[in-house]
Amino acid sequence: MASEKNFNFMGLRKIAAGLSIVVLLISVASLAMNGLKFGLDFTGGSLVEVGYEQSPDLNEIRGKLQSAGYEDAVVQTFGSPVDILIRLGQSHDPKLGDQVLSVLETGEDQELTLRRNEYVGAQVGEELREQGGLGLLLALFMVMVYVAFRFQLKFSVGAVAALAHDVLIVLGVFSLFKLDFDLTVLAALLAVIGYSLNDTIVVSDRIRENFRMVRKATPVEIMNISLNQTLGRTIVTSLTTLLVLTALAVFGGELIHGFAIALLIGVLVGTYSSIYVAANVLLAMGVCKEDLMPPEKEDEEVDERP
Amino acid sequence: MLNKYPLWKNALIVLILLIGGLYAAPNLYPDDYAVQISGSRAAYTVDQQMLNRVTKQLQAEGLVSKESELNGTSGLIRFSDSTTQLEAKETVSRILGDNYVVALNLAPTTPEWLTSVGAGPMKLGLDLRGGVHFLLEVDMAQAVAQRLDVYVGEIKAKLRAEKLRYRSVVHREDGSLELKFSKADVRDEASQLLKQDYTEFLLTDEDADDAYYVVVSLLESKVREIEDYAIKQNLTTLRNRVNELGVAEPLVQRQGRNRIVVQLPGIQDAAAAKRIIGKTANLEFRLEAKTDASSASTETYTFRDSSRRATLEKDIIITGSSVSNAQSTFDENGQPQVSITLDSKGGELMNRTTRNAVKRRMAVLFVEHKSRNLVKTVDGEQVTERVPYVEKHIISLATIQSILGSSFRITGLDGAGEASELALLLRAGALAAPIYFVEERTVGPSLGEQNIELGITSVQIGFALVLLFMLVYYRVFGLLANVALTLNLVLLLAVMSIMSATLTLPGIAGIVLTVGMAVDANVLIFSRIKEELANGLPPQSAINAGFERAFTTIFDANITTLLAAVILFAMGTGPVKGFAITLSVGIVTSMFTAIMVTRALVNLTYGGRTLNKLSI
Repeated sequence: MASEKNFNFMGLRKIAAGLSIVVLLISVASLAMNGLKFGLDFTGGSLVEVGYEQSPDLNEIRGKLQSAGYEDAVVQTFGSPVDILIRLGQSHDPKLGDQVLSVLETGEDQELTLRRNEYVGAQVGEELREQGGLGLLLALFMVMVYVAFRFQLKFSVGAVAALAHDVLIVLGVFSLFKLDFDLTVLAALLAVIGYSLNDTIVVSDRIRENFRMVRKATPVEIMNISLNQTLGRTIVTSLTTLLVLTALAVFGGELIHGFAIALLIGVLVGTYSSIYVAANVLLAMGVCKEDLMPPEKEDEEVDERP
Repeated sequence: MLNKYPLWKNALIVLILLIGGLYAAPNLYPDDYAVQISGSRAAYTVDQQMLNRVTKQLQAEGLVSKESELNGTSGLIRFSDSTTQLEAKETVSRILGDNYVVALNLAPTTPEWLTSVGAGPMKLGLDLRGGVHFLLEVDMAQAVAQRLDVYVGEIKAKLRAEKLRYRSVVHREDGSLELKFSKADVRDEASQLLKQDYTEFLLTDEDADDAYYVVVSLLESKVREIEDYAIKQNLTTLRNRVNELGVAEPLVQRQGRNRIVVQLPGIQDAAAAKRIIGKTANLEFRLEAKTDASSASTETYTFRDSSRRATLEKDIIITGSSVSNAQSTFDENGQPQVSITLDSKGGELMNRTTRNAVKRRMAVLFVEHKSRNLVKTVDGEQVTERVPYVEKHIISLATIQSILGSSFRITGLDGAGEASELALLLRAGALAAPIYFVEERTVGPSLGEQNIELGITSVQIGFALVLLFMLVYYRVFGLLANVALTLNLVLLLAVMSIMSATLTLPGIAGIVLTVGMAVDANVLIFSRIKEELANGLPPQSAINAGFERAFTTIFDANITTLLAAVILFAMGTGPVKGFAITLSVGIVTSMFTAIMVTRALVNLTYGGRTLNKLSI
């Protein structure tokens, strides 16, 4: 049913390009000025160990700490149910232990003891930042090579542009609203890359097919036909993914929140970018029928079918 | 005929799904709290008799175990709760003493018929389940002392080069160096020279009756720098060692000024981990002393496996830190040996020394930093004090047949196990300073039980919503896709378990994405079928065309993502790796289920029939 609709997607491409550029500029500017608010996993912080007489409710502890302004506290049992380990993002301060203890003592009818108050290093060190960054670049490069080989160089530029667009915007949102960037958000960012890539390739695939099949159509018309044909699928897939993510955001609790938000933004932006960024870049580079002719050996594809 | 799979294809699919189900099954059984015992060296083994003795003694102290079992060279005693486990660990290490490593562990309860086919549960990461926690302390005094020893050599060489005659350069108890001269003007000249060359030194001149001294101590900032270096170097070495152990998703983190935390998730062989992490073994290569050597320049050591002794020169040719690679192999007589490759500096030193020492004997000295706990009573309170000590034993003493270069072999090891352990330690790098275990505990999951439950519930709700949506939107086809989607999760779990991958929160992100991509594959196929129907194709041909035409799209999209995931896996560490594993596995299983399984189900439902209409 959706495939029968006929939206003139590409009619809006100039506006979309403008919008993308403005949002990207805001993202980059915010990243340059505000940077990212890295969570405990990246920055390290302080560690406080508290001994209880009877095993406490960890969530109560989390609640107390949160209302006292220690928002990113990690609370876990340590060795036994009565020993509680608390990690905080605050830089180390000898008084911190006593401050935390007094927060926890309020409304408690048992005696608490401060066992330890120390500095802890980052969980993910420079190693991850360096290696991870390098890995990401290498991954992008390999994706470009593969897409250039299977499709055509212009398509690979489009796919990578769409990827970079999505990642930058998600990072921009986290930077602009000063949301905590922790390991779960990093995981979400990687998932966004996966999703965006998937979406872009699906659309590119249809564009390639239509360039070969449809005679007498301008590139803009080809784009429009392809986008309309894949629209039904794009909506259904985004919708199902968004369903899972909304469930995560609503029912998942505090710790998955950042993760779900990052992915929600990522999926929305990723869906938009596979329509407007990838296709737009293709048009801007002047993709034409000849780019995809002659078609690759058809018999090779037959072998790969199930 | 259209839309009919040959029998073998259906049989293959059923077979894969059955195997998948079998290997996913262990995840249904929860873990036991356990204490694991193993020998501190490959030479000490654990047997059933010893286990029985230990459990009997535990029982006498009111610590009831569920079961005890022997796994090769290590023993495992299971308990029903973590409190008993903790007390039992203390008791067992008291009973067995220093020669055994007693470690906390989580033991799977997978039934025997499942373990016999090699099935085991997937491991959960530190964030989801917690794990074993080791707190290690780096011996900073040793780190500084070792650095000072290097300075001793440097200073001697410098004074000699400048023709400044000194009487001695020694390392004082208080951590400073003492340079002794017989003449005041030579002392002053030396003092001046050192002041120029070393900005990190604090120099004081002291005059005594018959000699003139320069006392060299290090500036506080330099001491800090040495300590920071020691910690960083040890962090790197420990990470290497943990990686060599094959532990997935470990945590190695600095804590405080001189401590390092190592956390290993779940059910690793905690005892082996403790043995490897805690080993501060190093090697020293020294020449055997000549019979006429003065006793001031020699030291006598015993052999490791006998009470034989040998006298060695005090000067060390090289230490284990010059080793750039080490492999355990067997010599022509089937005896274990370690082939060693030295770095260029080490090779040069070895070459220079052995050039004048052919036909003399060279010893390999095994140096181990250990500590024992002394319980003292101070002011009526029991205080445990850790007393570090160093053990040095000769592991081999062999005649130098020819001039050695940067690669040679060590023989005379206890067994193949020891050879490979030594090679691993040498490969993983030496520690810059000795470390000691201060604490060993189990830690709860860092995300918190309730957060995990919430997370799992929300994934379930999300999954249910997707299933419902697919059913409503695509009806019969939706139902078939749902079956495939569920089977996909089972397969994913099975492959993760077989690979003994570790599931963490980022891994769950990978699973969520996998569900999304598996749905996408089916959506692509179904919307193609709809399109073909709208183009006027009859139902059977539309099904066939839908599957065939969607395939290239799915293939390209998934392979591209897989490519990115594999690179992330190869390059990434920790969380990135966890995500990449689940995603790569998920892509492969979802391609199988979304394409093959769905197709098989569609074929079984619609294949070989005359259709007028499709429920899609």
